[in-house]
Amino acid sequence: MTIRYTAPAVATALLALAGAAQADDLTLCWAAWDPANALVELSKDFEAKSGHKMSFEFVPWPNFADRMLNELNSGGQLCDLMIGDSQWIGLGAEAGHYVKLNDFFDANGITMDDFIPATVTGYSEWPKGTPNYWALPAFGDVVGWTYRKDWFERPELQAEFQEKYGRELKAPDTLDELKDIAEFFQGRDIDGTTVYGAAIYTERGSEGITMGVTNALYNYGFSYGTPEEPYKLEGVVNSPEAAKGLEFYKALYDCCTPPGSSDWYMSEDIDAYKSGQVALQMNFAFIWPGVEADPNVGGGKSGYFPNPAGPDGHFAQLGGQGISVVSYSDSQDAALEYIKWFAQPEVQSKWWELGGYSALKAVVEDPGFATSQPYAQTFLDSMAIVKDFWAEPSYASLLLSMQDRVHNYVVAGQGTAQEALDKLVEDWTEVFEDEGKM
Amino acid sequence: MSHSVIARAAEATPPGLARRFKGLSDRAIAWSFVAPTIFLLLAVNIFPLIWTIRLSFTNFRANRPNAEVEWIGLRNYDRILTDSDIWQTMQATAHFLCWTIVLQVLIGFSLAWLINRKFKGNDLWTTIIVLPMMLSPAVVGNFWTFLYQPQIGLFNYVVAFFTGADPTSFSMIGSVSLAPWAIIIVDTWMWTPFVMLICLAGLRSIPDSIYEAAECDRASKWRQFWTITLPMTLPFLMLAVLFRGIENFKMFDLVVQLTGGGPGNTTTLTSIDLKREAFEKWRTGYASAYAIILFVTVFGLASIYVKALNKVKER
Repeated sequence: MTIRYTAPAVATALLALAGAAQADDLTLCWAAWDPANALVELSKDFEAKSGHKMSFEFVPWPNFADRMLNELNSGGQLCDLMIGDSQWIGLGAEAGHYVKLNDFFDANGITMDDFIPATVTGYSEWPKGTPNYWALPAFGDVVGWTYRKDWFERPELQAEFQEKYGRELKAPDTLDELKDIAEFFQGRDIDGTTVYGAAIYTERGSEGITMGVTNALYNYGFSYGTPEEPYKLEGVVNSPEAAKGLEFYKALYDCCTPPGSSDWYMSEDIDAYKSGQVALQMNFAFIWPGVEADPNVGGGKSGYFPNPAGPDGHFAQLGGQGISVVSYSDSQDAALEYIKWFAQPEVQSKWWELGGYSALKAVVEDPGFATSQPYAQTFLDSMAIVKDFWAEPSYASLLLSMQDRVHNYVVAGQGTAQEALDKLVEDWTEVFEDEGKM
Repeated sequence: MSHSVIARAAEATPPGLARRFKGLSDRAIAWSFVAPTIFLLLAVNIFPLIWTIRLSFTNFRANRPNAEVEWIGLRNYDRILTDSDIWQTMQATAHFLCWTIVLQVLIGFSLAWLINRKFKGNDLWTTIIVLPMMLSPAVVGNFWTFLYQPQIGLFNYVVAFFTGADPTSFSMIGSVSLAPWAIIIVDTWMWTPFVMLICLAGLRSIPDSIYEAAECDRASKWRQFWTITLPMTLPFLMLAVLFRGIENFKMFDLVVQLTGGGPGNTTTLTSIDLKREAFEKWRTGYASAYAIILFVTVFGLASIYVKALNKVKER
């Protein structure tokens, strides 16, 4: 009698437990932006196939690092999966926030050789250049430029530009050409409206101006240390060439940006471009699908080009993120299951179709990829020239120092470019000394 | 009457409780009542203060709990006190503090003096004037960033209307010289009503008979103001200055929303800088030293000020 009633009850309980173990509630944390909405859509397939329920915690970019790093630093269990910024990888690895994925990749046949090399280095590896993986490349991104192709194609503007600069009005190849174009459009009357040259990154509070100014600095010879001495700062960060790069960015800000653009980042640049205020826009590639779909500037009115070359190189600031499993999560198995699902080529193809920039070679090297969207070739060209900011565990201190020093010079006009970079070297030296790395 | 209340309270005390307290002195009973509060204060105020002082002599970083913590003596204090950027931040704070207090006291007192006159619609105007201080600082900050927008902002158009300048020719929050004034204007707009209310309370506390006596002595309005109105409202004014001084020394939300501390670091107040050091750069030891220096500064200034306030009240 007892057995007759107890056995089904135990079986039911075991089934319930088994069910509970299979169906987890997973929370994925990321920034609140267009690609995040695409990921919500994409993840419905994972929910259907796995039975796990997905929740999402999206934080606007200006507060993203602040909010999510606090979450990680406090050992919080809000996030099971984190699509953290590329520069967090050092901290995530060294402070034990992320789960190391090497064994998981080996066991599931996931190889980093299948991903764009720059994204593997930028989003997954720590220490850099070593086969230690803490994330799967999730969203390839890079700073590039958008321009008003419809304005560029106007015969009267073409003729005026040709006469003034002796060359055709087209997407620029060099930073100097870019500045010429921005100057050409600054204050110009187009269809009864005053327009301006370029919307560039000037934001001070989080990472904005650094993500902008590096596109000039890299191409003028600025470097984070040398291959032989990774923490060599003197003469590398503050070289006379690097100072010229900083002067270029300030000159671009002074001559060719809209009034009141002293604290602009991604969303402000998008707004200025879509509302027809500017001819050129610096921004991460993630905005391009939105530009194409916009009734004012989409549908062929816009063109795209990679960050132009400078006198000492041709680079672009890397954006994008990898997806990591948070070590404080109670649902690590389910989170790893998500990564396994996400790495599949068919899922990555759908990711690209929905507006997510896949970093899988099978997707981007597909013969039809370059012509699949008007910006696809520019994305490929840009991803080939990326360079990233420090990904050290102390990246936040390094970043905020750069924000302060660069903003003080470019926007506030305090001191000289050389002084700003000299002070930056002092700040960074102090950070690395505190870290015991110098 | 009071005796009967005590007697009734004693009678109402449950016998079990009365037995438990029997034999305890009044002092012991008093301590047993205040001890939880004292313990709570020690736990939430004194212990963190002592802990912060201890941390200020170390290189501790809260985001690296497993890293070795080194005792570095006075290095954090030395770095802070010799850092020109921090002195610039202090100057920005002093500039903000002084000008907001001066403007708010002058405008607040003037408004209170006007509102104190009896006129039709007095209550309606009082309500309208105090509206800004009822808003959230984050909302006010956001709202004013639009007003200050050079291309569409109302503020620039108003200035342009009166001066004839091009509204897009200046940016209140993007210009090094104008940004410090931009935050002063918004804080003054928001908090002058608070000072006005305190001044109004002071003005209404002055008995009419004093003014009637002054009238009998043929004292002019000007003399009445200097010898009656101002001295008798001075303790209220000083209280308003104390409140606004403390509030603005720790000002954070409004300025972050308006300028984010920029352009450059022209509007980076000490509270903003401290937050960046503590919770963005995670230099906990350094930030602790910074907090201690600010605490000693504010505590010292506030003590001197409260003594002066008490002297004025005694007069």
